[in-house]
Amino acid sequence: MTAIAQTPTETDAYNFAYLDEQTKRMIRRAILKGVAIPGYQVPFASREMPMPYGWGTGGVQVTAACLVPEDRLKVIDQGADDTTNAVSIRRFFQRTAGVAVTENTPEATVIQTRHRIPETPLTEGQILVYQVPIPEPLRFLEPRETETRRMHALEDYGLMHVKLYEDIARHGQIATSYDYPVKVEGRYVMDPSPIPKFDNPKMSDNAAIQLFGAGREQRIYALPPYTKVVSLDFEDHPFVASKADHPCGLCGSTDSYLDEVIMDDQGGRMFVCSDTNYCSTRREAGHIGAMAAPAPAQPQERRAE
Amino acid sequence: MNALAQTPTPEVPLLAVRDLHKSYGARIGCTDVSFDLWPGEVMGIVGESGSGKSTLLSCLAGHLTADAGQVIYDGRTTGPRDVLTLSEPERRMLNRTEWAYVHQNPRDGLRMGVSAGGNVGERLMAVGARHYGAIRSTASDWLGRVEIDANRIDDRPSAFSGGMQQRLQIARNLVTGPRLIFMDEPTGGLDVSVQARLLDLLRGLVREMGLSAIIVTHDLAVVRLLADRLMVMKSGRVIEQGLTDQVLDDPQHAYTQLLVSSVLQV
Ligand SMILES: Nc1ncnc2c1ncn2[C@@H]1O[C@H](COP(=O)(O)OP(=O)(O)OP(=O)(O)O)[C@@H](O)[C@H]1O
Ligand SMILES: [Mg+2]
Ligand SMILES: [Zn+2]
Repeated sequence: MTAIAQTPTETDAYNFAYLDEQTKRMIRRAILKGVAIPGYQVPFASREMPMPYGWGTGGVQVTAACLVPEDRLKVIDQGADDTTNAVSIRRFFQRTAGVAVTENTPEATVIQTRHRIPETPLTEGQILVYQVPIPEPLRFLEPRETETRRMHALEDYGLMHVKLYEDIARHGQIATSYDYPVKVEGRYVMDPSPIPKFDNPKMSDNAAIQLFGAGREQRIYALPPYTKVVSLDFEDHPFVASKADHPCGLCGSTDSYLDEVIMDDQGGRMFVCSDTNYCSTRREAGHIGAMAAPAPAQPQERRAE
Repeated sequence: MNALAQTPTPEVPLLAVRDLHKSYGARIGCTDVSFDLWPGEVMGIVGESGSGKSTLLSCLAGHLTADAGQVIYDGRTTGPRDVLTLSEPERRMLNRTEWAYVHQNPRDGLRMGVSAGGNVGERLMAVGARHYGAIRSTASDWLGRVEIDANRIDDRPSAFSGGMQQRLQIARNLVTGPRLIFMDEPTGGLDVSVQARLLDLLRGLVREMGLSAIIVTHDLAVVRLLADRLMVMKSGRVIEQGLTDQVLDDPQHAYTQLLVSSVLQV
């Protein structure tokens, strides 16, 4: 919030969507290369953005390179349109690009996201931009960049399953619940960014273009529409897109990803859709959860996961 | 049991090395090296420090790129091919299926942040094993074969003694049933009693699996125990080679005589 507030107010000083055209061309080239080689990490010369790393500078640069004046932008953080991070990025593009914004998933042409894929299925022509902290799925076991590159080049992915093996050996099951590794079109192993594994199946065969930007690590990768994305697993420990086994307390949805919300000091809690737009749209359509009446409770604190 | 008996008259050597040469700038690493390794045979390489043993082994295993020569390996499905001309993916595949490499320092050959079971299972997963239960039971079986208690399967190698780490490295290498194992001073940093146990184990595994092996060592006792044939190196060249007993009992080259006598004096 503060980082963005420090930017000068005279937007005329900036090119459309903040970045100069040459930088955008460079980023677009990286995006096109990424689209041409689904799941492959394309290096790009990440620029300083008027916000710190960790605020989604990679995603912001990808969004900036994609935006045209006619776009309608939606920004979500953990599924919500109203968190500080989402609000700042949305404002940033309102100010620097003057584009229309929306919270309504089907109306958006570009959606920048941190940690979620919207529940409402995306459609052709939409672009989903992910903010990525660590793009290299092999990093945790093989810190040498030269070696991980070679492993990708040679499809030498045994190590990926070693991680899952270790998970089961330690926890009795694959305990990885975020950042769950996937294989793209039977070729590249890819880090889906820290989305819950519940969202993994949505990446596959998606009608939208999915773009991933890692600012600090200077990598862009992509999934063109209708790309096959498979979550890695074992035959006897198959991938499960799990979520909390509750209906949403507000809209009653049983198939959306839920956040646990602390209601009061007495340990009262409820589960609500993490996708705020999906939840409110359902409520407007008359779906009522068990804890919604009469007026929706104000969540005090979202449990960070 | 006896691999030589199973394949009485192999027509081609498992490994045929011709005129292998490797320099580090102006310095010779190894040169003029030629030999045949037959299926089921264990070859020892001895020589003083700096004589080119590790350089030769690394060139054979493809960890270093030789400058000249041929290393013709008789692959299971491919037949004899010069491995120096293989593509990197082909070489990697060979390295995780038909070949094994045991480093002197277990840290170079193990993943220290991964459990013993994961270390042993890695090669299986690299060649496509996708059944957790099967991988785990194979790993557990192999821990047993290298005399590591199965209840250590989830411990990391950092919690193991040097001898255990070396045995784990061996299990991790042999789990995919390779045919040729390269070892660079596998007993190097170990106590004498631990060395003896490891050598016993290696000898058993080599015989049981009909493995061919090339083992680099300073230690003539290791050679006596394990190697059918022996190569003596000096200044990057092979100065003498032959059956182990022959070379050790009746060394021809003055340097080998010195080597053997200096050991006998100890
Ligand atoms: N990376 C390198 N760069 C330059 N010279 C090297 C390199 N590695 C080895 N050499 C040189 O090549 C020669 C052979 O070395 P090598 O390590 O193969 O000997 P070695 O027989 O394995 O010795 P040791 O018994 O000490 O392990 C030596 O003269 C050594 O100094
Ligand atoms: Mg050496
Ligand atoms: Zn809801």
